[in-house]
Amino acid sequence: MDCDWPHDLDAALAALADDPDATLLAGGTDVMVEVNGGHANPEHIIALRRIEALREITPRRIGAGATYTDMERGSHLALAQLARTVGSPQIRNAGTIGGNLGTASPAGDTLPFLAALDADVELLSARKGSRTMRWDAFITGVKQNARRSDEIIVGVTLPERIPERQAFGKIGIRNAMVISMVSACVMRNEDGATTVALGAVGPTPIRARSAEAMISAETHPTNAALSEFARLVSEDVQPITDHRGTEAYRRHASGVLARRLLERCLAL
Amino acid sequence: MRITIYVNGVDHSVDIRGPESLLDVLREDLSLPGSKNACEQGECGSCSVVLDGDVVCSCMVMAIDAHGSTVRTVEGYADHEVLHPVQTALIEAGGVQCGFCTPGFVVAAAELFDANPSPTDDEIREALAGNVCRCTGYGAILRGLHDLAAENVDLGAP
Repeated sequence: MDCDWPHDLDAALAALADDPDATLLAGGTDVMVEVNGGHANPEHIIALRRIEALREITPRRIGAGATYTDMERGSHLALAQLARTVGSPQIRNAGTIGGNLGTASPAGDTLPFLAALDADVELLSARKGSRTMRWDAFITGVKQNARRSDEIIVGVTLPERIPERQAFGKIGIRNAMVISMVSACVMRNEDGATTVALGAVGPTPIRARSAEAMISAETHPTNAALSEFARLVSEDVQPITDHRGTEAYRRHASGVLARRLLERCLAL
Repeated sequence: MRITIYVNGVDHSVDIRGPESLLDVLREDLSLPGSKNACEQGECGSCSVVLDGDVVCSCMVMAIDAHGSTVRTVEGYADHEVLHPVQTALIEAGGVQCGFCTPGFVVAAAELFDANPSPTDDEIREALAGNVCRCTGYGAILRGLHDLAAENVDLGAP
């Protein structure tokens, strides 16, 4: 068992360049579930927890090392809302947005927020420098992403204009300590332009494009328009049946949740 | 690989074999079995410890990543015979049934009260949201901590 404990990014990148097979460890809340379950046995760890620079949150950038507790205290409403739904205080003190992207689980709770904003993921390599990919180029499948083995996820960049009307919500079998069965993030601009992203209802986060197009044209959505919006969201998602819920339930819940979040945005 | 961890005020040097958790090292190598091993997936809170100032699940911390870190376990709250006020409050309210989850509750609650001696009921519930009691003994736990918070208000705590 070998481990590096870098305090700055350059040292971490150098360690990874020497051994691209090393396991990157941030909060550990995904890696240790695999280890404790006997599904992973990493031999070389690069522990990223000590790199303070990775934790920085600014209005347009979230460092990969920002924990859910850090995000709860940030200025983006939907990001704070989603952070508060993750695990428990203990988990939120450890888990990071970089880890959420690295794991790329369909149920990753930061992902609908990033998808709704068309956020970019920043990657850095010692030899090849930095590259930036939009969220949908980065997340390629169930627990699959486009990170090369010599790269570290260093942060996400948000667009210049972020709607103040934004809301995140998720549905699971209970309120606390739950993995999403459906999660959603809705953003609405003052001009009506609306984005809707959903998690856990497809292999990667899904943008409900037909629902977005329909509701963006409604400046003052009526009850009928909101119902149509919910119906289109239910059609746009691609859920499966698994141990957490059925396809039919997830489809129904997607529409109900997205409508509820849109109504919250409209009331802000 | 040999690492050093500062646990409850004492430096410990430990041989790390693989990716075992901090919880394993506390219990098996450092003879500190207060932190309990139950779910091993960060869902029950019975292994709660304070790592570099933050309450975390020690089953979710890879031991090797605790190198050079400061750890406080449930064994680190009583000063010999003098219990932490949270421990006394739980005893007085009967906030213990089988006792398995109690160490995690003590750590989470003690950290809350050390930072804020008179939390509201909502703040208490939020701080304990990651601790599961399978005896469902929450009522007495919450009553004990509510009473402690009220007592601290009477004493002029912030």
